[in-house]
Amino acid sequence: MTDPARARFRERLAQWMFIVPAATYLLLFFGYPIVKNIVMSLQQYTTTTFYTGAAPFVGLENYSKILASDLFPRALLTTVLFTAGSICGQFVLGLAFALFFQRRFPLGGVLRSLLLLPWLLPLVVSGTTWRWMLDPDTGVVNAALRGLRLSSSGVPWLTGTSQALVSVILVNIWVGIPFNTAILYGGLQDIPTHLYEAAKLDGAGPLASFRHVTWPLLRPVVSVVLVLGAIYTVKVLDIILVVTGGGPAGATQTIATQAYELSFRQSEFGRGAAMSNVLVVVSLAFAIVYLRANRRARNL
Amino acid sequence: MKRAQGRGRPSTVVGIALLALMLFPVYWMVNASLQPAGNTLRGDWFPLHPDLSGYVTALRDQGRNLVTSLVVALGSVALSLSLAAPAAYALARFPLRGANLVLFGILITQMVPGVVVANALYSAYNDLGLLNSYLGLILADSTAGVPFAIIIMRSFMRSIPREIIEAARVDGAGTMRVFRSVVLPVSRNALITAAVFTFLFTWSDFLFALTLTTTNAVRPITLGIYQYIGAHTNQWNAIMATTVMAAVPAAVLLVVAQRYVTAGATGDTTK
Repeated sequence: MTDPARARFRERLAQWMFIVPAATYLLLFFGYPIVKNIVMSLQQYTTTTFYTGAAPFVGLENYSKILASDLFPRALLTTVLFTAGSICGQFVLGLAFALFFQRRFPLGGVLRSLLLLPWLLPLVVSGTTWRWMLDPDTGVVNAALRGLRLSSSGVPWLTGTSQALVSVILVNIWVGIPFNTAILYGGLQDIPTHLYEAAKLDGAGPLASFRHVTWPLLRPVVSVVLVLGAIYTVKVLDIILVVTGGGPAGATQTIATQAYELSFRQSEFGRGAAMSNVLVVVSLAFAIVYLRANRRARNL
Repeated sequence: MKRAQGRGRPSTVVGIALLALMLFPVYWMVNASLQPAGNTLRGDWFPLHPDLSGYVTALRDQGRNLVTSLVVALGSVALSLSLAAPAAYALARFPLRGANLVLFGILITQMVPGVVVANALYSAYNDLGLLNSYLGLILADSTAGVPFAIIIMRSFMRSIPREIIEAARVDGAGTMRVFRSVVLPVSRNALITAAVFTFLFTWSDFLFALTLTTTNAVRPITLGIYQYIGAHTNQWNAIMATTVMAAVPAAVLLVVAQRYVTAGATGDTTK
């Protein structure tokens, strides 16, 4: 090797050494789990597997078992309702907040950053607080409803099967509003003001200028927010486990909580792995949408 | 300016009202933590007679877990930044073939549900003896911090003016030297943002705490709270006092590191 070539080689090597540690970490803590999870989903695990090491291969049996179980369609439906409900609520309220904070007013900036607090709190903290607030007998929400004479007996937030799902969706909306507001606010700031002025000159009212200026220009950011929200929401575990524990009677079990239950409560790691792979497929579908939305956002 | 303020005042009032509504649960958490023990049937709207017995019980039962969370979170910040900073620089500035593949991999990591990682890590940790260990939790918890820190720091490092780096090279500094004495100091803001969020991610982690610990030897506060609810539903003041203490880092960081938090929330560290 000639000297310049060797120097270039050493330079290349030095540059790669910057990436290698992080890449190794990512391979070990993302690459390995993905592969291992696929392998596990083809094996049968029992409570004794971790002592005896015996986990015989069973082919696709785990998948056929979870897909055929009565719990699966229900968990799938709950996941869809939970995700769609959360995303809609977070987005609409987040957009409303973002539009509101776009006005210039004293303390606007401070209030906008304080709004981030629910998003920064540990989900277990938020979940515990809401569980206490939503308690049918002693919670403040029912106390307020009774005080306002909106409901005499109180709503069974945590004990009714359909109410419990509404409750976890409400909590998740509360957690997600700040994130939606922050991203959408950033998107709104990037819209040039002269476009609004031009719309005003053309006689457009606030509604018309929202429809013809704000919305079309915000569209790319909107798709990014929605898809990121969906990717995050399908895998939510903390809120559901803390607020309802998946109950009552499995009414708030999603694919994610099912995967956790199977592996870590029932020691059925094989079926848990199969269930979490279903979750991966769902996330991947959203990911493809995300990458396309992201590309569109960058092209604009 | 004066006119603008006059016009804005009603908006400020509405803004404060909206924020009060949004932050009511946080108020209620603090309020409940100051109620006397056993008062589960009737919570007062204001803590007129604040009672600290909830905090006393909470510190006795959960104090150790708070320290555990702190150790794990700080460890994860150190690990995440030391892995992510060089990688972010390389991905931002070096003309490496395959860099795009690494970037794509990082994007993919955002789609991998934690339960997948936990599932596989449980059996690996079981074999390696990493269950119930600080190291095991720090390594697993950094799965949130490392990709996020790379993304945040890379976007910042791309905006470092080429001239600064060239100047250092002309002075004879090698790649490592440039990174240490030019790139890192200049990227201070991005490093702080990454550190703040890595800390909060780890502090908030529940899934790995739940799945990768089986005894109470190493028990983060999130898991402590979860088990507290299961065991002591008659001591809500102690439970809520624990949640208040677990909420402190987020609240404090939001106030003292507001700039960095807002930057991280929007993924934009360049402003």
